[in-house]
Amino acid sequence: MVTYFSEIYHGLISLFIGMGITFKEFFKPTVTVSYPYETLTMCDRYRGHVELIENEEGKANCVVCGLCQRACPSACITLAGEKPEGEKKKVLTKYILDFTRCSLCGSCVESCNFNALEFSKEYNLASTRKEDFIFDLLKRLEDRNI
Amino acid sequence: MSLTLLNVIVAVVIAIGFAALNAAYLVWAERRGAARIQRRPGPNINGPWGLLQPPLDGIKLMAKQLIIPGGADKILFIVAPVLAMFPAIMSFVTIPFSETIVAKNMNVGVLMIFAFASTGSMALVFAGWSSRNKYAMMSSVRAVSQAVAYEIPMLITTITVVMIAGSMDLMEIVRQQSGSFLHWNIFPLLGNSHNILMPISFLIFFTCTLAETNRAPFDLGEAESELVAGFHTEYGSMGFGLFFMGEYANIVIGSCLTTILFLGGWNAPLPFLSFIPGVFWFLLKLYLLIATFIWIRWTFPRTTIYGLLNLSWKILIPLSLFNLLFTAGLLKVF
Amino acid sequence: MNAPIELQPDETFILNVGPQHPATHGVLRVKMEMNGEYIVEAETVIGYIHRMHEKMGEVKTYPQYLMNLSRMDYLGALGYSHGHVLLVEKASGIEVPERAEYIRAIMVELNRVSSHLFWFGAFVMDLGGFSPLMYALQDREHILDMLEAVTGSRLTYCYFRFGGVYNDVDDEFISSARRFIPRMRKSLKKYHKLVTGNVIFRKRLEGIAPVSQEMCRKYGASSAVARGSGINFDVRKNEPYSVYPEFDFDVPVFHECDSLARYNVRMEEIEQSLRIIEQGLDKLPDGPIMPKKKPKIIKPPAGDYYQAVETARGSFGIRLVSDGGKIPYRLKLRSPTYSNMHLFDEACRGMMIMDALAFMGSLDLVIPEIDR
Repeated sequence: MVTYFSEIYHGLISLFIGMGITFKEFFKPTVTVSYPYETLTMCDRYRGHVELIENEEGKANCVVCGLCQRACPSACITLAGEKPEGEKKKVLTKYILDFTRCSLCGSCVESCNFNALEFSKEYNLASTRKEDFIFDLLKRLEDRNI
Repeated sequence: MSLTLLNVIVAVVIAIGFAALNAAYLVWAERRGAARIQRRPGPNINGPWGLLQPPLDGIKLMAKQLIIPGGADKILFIVAPVLAMFPAIMSFVTIPFSETIVAKNMNVGVLMIFAFASTGSMALVFAGWSSRNKYAMMSSVRAVSQAVAYEIPMLITTITVVMIAGSMDLMEIVRQQSGSFLHWNIFPLLGNSHNILMPISFLIFFTCTLAETNRAPFDLGEAESELVAGFHTEYGSMGFGLFFMGEYANIVIGSCLTTILFLGGWNAPLPFLSFIPGVFWFLLKLYLLIATFIWIRWTFPRTTIYGLLNLSWKILIPLSLFNLLFTAGLLKVF
Repeated sequence: MNAPIELQPDETFILNVGPQHPATHGVLRVKMEMNGEYIVEAETVIGYIHRMHEKMGEVKTYPQYLMNLSRMDYLGALGYSHGHVLLVEKASGIEVPERAEYIRAIMVELNRVSSHLFWFGAFVMDLGGFSPLMYALQDREHILDMLEAVTGSRLTYCYFRFGGVYNDVDDEFISSARRFIPRMRKSLKKYHKLVTGNVIFRKRLEGIAPVSQEMCRKYGASSAVARGSGINFDVRKNEPYSVYPEFDFDVPVFHECDSLARYNVRMEEIEQSLRIIEQGLDKLPDGPIMPKKKPKIIKPPAGDYYQAVETARGSFGIRLVSDGGKIPYRLKLRSPTYSNMHLFDEACRGMMIMDALAFMGSLDLVIPEIDR
């Protein structure tokens, strides 16, 4: 008999304690960000898709060694270069990143010995066509330099 | 003659308009309240503070296609949402908002409201049964036992209050509680009965209102994470809209009844505050109770079906019967 | 609940808790034969998200396989990566610097706390309380922000490398981790008041879905399922690896075998993980994070190697059969949730569907890990 009433009493008290907690939370400030109207900046090491790094003349650092292409687990990178007359190093002519397969693992950035690749900070990529995600990184480099 | 007919029509239209407006804007209040408890803003894009959200939601719902599943019982399928909304709106006709504001006062007001509430619980059964969907059927089976089990303590506590007041007329019950807040039926130290155990009856009545309107923690009928959407799984468009608004209209009716029976209706808490009109006090108490409904929903998890039935049959009914006999005894003695 | 009665063939109906359902976290199909609200038989059907990770292990080289491990169980990803890199280091004989070991342990424990927080929110949401989910996710955001500042990703980390870690931690991380620990302890108190002490919640979980020790042993269950039934087994204590012998922490074991015991085990594990993180931050040595001598191409000698680690879901085992080349001959992943989940078929007979779905929540299933 006593347990009957004490159970009811303790149950009621626990309900009121729970309600007290949500009451206190009602008055605390919001923790969300109203996304399209306010945005956050990404941290320094954020992994967006890779971009080519340029040297002082505005050309890519890449020497077309092909290590990034071999390191990529998903075969996302296609690159080609040519050796112009009288130069010692190869010059990059084509660098295609297939972002539909990329898993942002960072193997390409890590395997590059010439400081030619870095992560960008792009996160809001959305489109209706698959072709929009086959990035031509050399063209993007040239567009950035204009 | 025609003037009183006009009076009645205008009063009824206003009562129904009040019910519909409440049902629509309580959705807004619930979404904002829930969002603040969870520390996020809630709808605030459409209109200032999101106030245009309910009309826009209504337009969206009306623009959707009304699908009736093949093999479903067409008549019951279409009747069910109407039956969910209709009794609550009709009950508004007898509720007194103050001394003079009432659409049509009847001397069996309590009885009429309970009669309409019972037809409201049939809507769940019709919806679940006619949907030809196993999830909906299981949920309506649960809803039947819940509705029956929780009507009984509700009626017993109402009989307690009616015994104290001596009449079933809602206005009479409120007039008996005039004075200060110690005359209210929730804690009638100075009232007719001097029964200090009345807060228990108030809690029982409040819990039964939560259960009758299928609100959390008793919302097994529409248990979202288990049965997809319960009895209204197969409803889209306006069928869903009517169920939704019907639930909120039922909440308003339940809160009105609680205010009138236990919290003194339109009476002010202290006698010198009665220069503020009675409507204001009635609406204040009503909305405080509704805010408590919303608060409770977003705090607690759901009970199981046997927890719910055990609560009703083993705890609420014995306690309310005990209070009934105790009040009867006190009324006889004093 | 009651003794089973004789059922006629047309008294039961089959309810398909299909691959798309709010309660099964992931694509899991459960065919339940029901008698009213009671389950007579249940059969779980998996395979809807099979992505052939083990086959990819036979085709990709060792460094290329690193990113696969994060995609198996995305909530507790670092624990799985830890197992993989420990295995390949053991096979190839690569030495790991002290600082990298401590960093790995701290990151894995932070990831375990975040996984348990997400489980807590989703579990209470299954039972019908929607607010604790938001509070738990807010706490988890702090952890994800910390990990993002170091590794660059929030969910599918590709942070561990053979021999160490990819990036070093800076003082910013250490100070924010130290600030996080008391805040998390305060939140844990809040959760205990709001959820664990609540009478509705307790009635929902006490005595429901008992899983005996014999059943755990029969199915090979681990983590909270086994520790909630009284089996005191934690890979970090029984078969120590990495730098865990240096830490002083307890393994929570409860003996009641019901859903509440499994819940309590996980909440206690959060507290113990916070202790490990504190000790790790105190003891973090200076030094390099990658070894000086690291082979350019990883070619473990031919043989059969095995490593087990304790992840948020249970004891994860990974087995490598190498033939001396650049690509493994066979890479087998033993997923803990696969063993934990198959208890469900046998244990749920005679339960009501509400209790069965709460039981599934207490098992902490992540379906992509079962299907690999």
